Amino acid sequence: MFYREVGQYKTNYVADQAVFPILQDRIGLGVILLIAFVVIPLTGDDFLLNAVMIPFLIFSLAAMGLNILTGYTGLLSLGTGAFMGVGAFACYKLTTIFPNVNILIWVICSGFFSAAVGALFGLPSLRIKGFYLAVATLAAQFFLDWCFIRIPWLYNYNASGAIQVPQRMLFDIPITGPTATAMTRYYVVLTIVVAMTWVASNLVRGRIGRMWMAIRDMDIAAELIGIRPLPTKLTSFAVSSFYCGVAGALLVFLWYGGAEADVFNVNQSFLILFMVIIGGLGSLLGSYLGAALIFILPIVLRMLPPALGLEIRSVTVEHLTFVIIGVRIIVFLISEPHGLARLWQVTKQKLRVWPFPY
Amino acid sequence: MRAPSEKEAKTAEVLLAIEDVSLSFGGVKAIRGVSFDIRKGEIRAIIGPNGAGKTSMLNVINGFYHPQEGRITFRGEQRRAMRPYAAAQGGIARTFQNVALFRGMSALDNIMAGRTLKMRKNFFWQMLRHGPAMAEEVEHRRKVEEIIDFLEIQHIRRTQVAKLPYGLQKRVELGRALAMDPDLLLLDEPMAGMNLEEKEDMSRFILDVNSQYGTTIALIGHDMGVVMDLSDRVVVLDYGRKIADGTPEEVKSNQAVIDAYLGVAH
Repeated sequence: MFYREVGQYKTNYVADQAVFPILQDRIGLGVILLIAFVVIPLTGDDFLLNAVMIPFLIFSLAAMGLNILTGYTGLLSLGTGAFMGVGAFACYKLTTIFPNVNILIWVICSGFFSAAVGALFGLPSLRIKGFYLAVATLAAQFFLDWCFIRIPWLYNYNASGAIQVPQRMLFDIPITGPTATAMTRYYVVLTIVVAMTWVASNLVRGRIGRMWMAIRDMDIAAELIGIRPLPTKLTSFAVSSFYCGVAGALLVFLWYGGAEADVFNVNQSFLILFMVIIGGLGSLLGSYLGAALIFILPIVLRMLPPALGLEIRSVTVEHLTFVIIGVRIIVFLISEPHGLARLWQVTKQKLRVWPFPY
Repeated sequence: MRAPSEKEAKTAEVLLAIEDVSLSFGGVKAIRGVSFDIRKGEIRAIIGPNGAGKTSMLNVINGFYHPQEGRITFRGEQRRAMRPYAAAQGGIARTFQNVALFRGMSALDNIMAGRTLKMRKNFFWQMLRHGPAMAEEVEHRRKVEEIIDFLEIQHIRRTQVAKLPYGLQKRVELGRALAMDPDLLLLDEPMAGMNLEEKEDMSRFILDVNSQYGTTIALIGHDMGVVMDLSDRVVVLDYGRKIADGTPEEVKSNQAVIDAYLGVAH
């Protein structure tokens, strides 16, 4: 009854092409941003910020990156973890070579390194599609994994083979390293993720997004209206890897505080791919929903037995969590193969006509 | 009804000329030494029985297939083979027999995608989607809305094309081709699988495109009645060979064409 576009007339194309043409959606977005920027930092404790919100946002960003490639351009990739790793290692090298430059600049710049590597490994996509491309990107994953372990220059010849995040400041406030508070790191991550979401939503709604989707839906017809497949696919690989690279850099610099190459193995790639599939291919909102389901749900499940006063060994809880998550994924894929984002679309449509069935 | 433009067509310059084009896939000869031309502003039909090489011909014009022999002259520029991208840039648009729309996108986005080549604003502006990028988007949206009005598909603008009925999908596909502002429009079976009313609508759109925008049209058709009524000149293919070429009346009375369609006792 309250969610309806009735009476909201658009008198020009700019208003008609807005991301959220319905007023209620815009209010909803404002409320979400208000909660994210004000309510959560004010009310949440360190655990919420550090163990839930920061990684959730970072994974959402990575999922968004993969969604651009897999959801919008239809190119399956299993190299997400490696592209995140490129971002993390590039950021580490850059900030240790040029310690005086602001770390945020390097976080963004590391995305460009990842974009270049991604575009390079995207070259086979001109010839191969689907599962075959997935295997080709899997090669990228293993090759880059190998590089992260075998090239000591990347981790500055540390004996442990891990990268340690040095302390870096922004306006004299530490934002990385052991002294940075969860709240500062949360704000930095949130700002970057919100800004990059805005950019992604602009890209997918404009000419470039239409080119990506045209290639995804019918590449022959796309070629015919003047969309060249290779540059379009490479742009998609580059943008996608940029997002993954920044996510990787944020993961190490603003969450873990240090990492080994193992963080960026193929499991990470699969995890992000699951987020995208569960959340909804070809939907930015889906990236958030997928990350929430895959990342936050296990945390909630783990906290549930102690909260209910049940005495279960933590190992059992861990195993149960796996079982429940697995079942939920299967149930979701059967009942709504288009992901959580589609579920949201259906809900919105139902709300629009409520109380009538159609 | 088409008499005046027939006269024009005779005097008009040649837009596209096909000379001695042969195309084979391994041992299968799809097209054997076919020559014909398409003049500016005319509606040219390519007809023939199944497997005559009609769609292959369009694919050659469009650059999907590269003929082993022969020359294609488009607007005075001669080439052995076109690239699809170059063909699109040169102003050749095309619809497919089996609708080839971008199924996950709305009708509006499909037609907007047809304007891709005309949009110039770079990646940076696209990221911001403000200022010049938005101005460009609106400018092309206006043009696309004209096409939507023309094809009478206002009500399905926001509908995902996969959910549309077949007849409307065909219309959206025509809209996408029109969005390219083509000089030459290739229509592969625009009326396939349509009922009478839809055929009449589509015929009206084809004639209107030709007269309003002055677009040259080459169309493939199965329905002889419709094709003969619409077109200025007809070329008939059979087993990859050209067996007749001329006005609908000439072709209708051609013995080779009658034999090809009805079969001949051996």
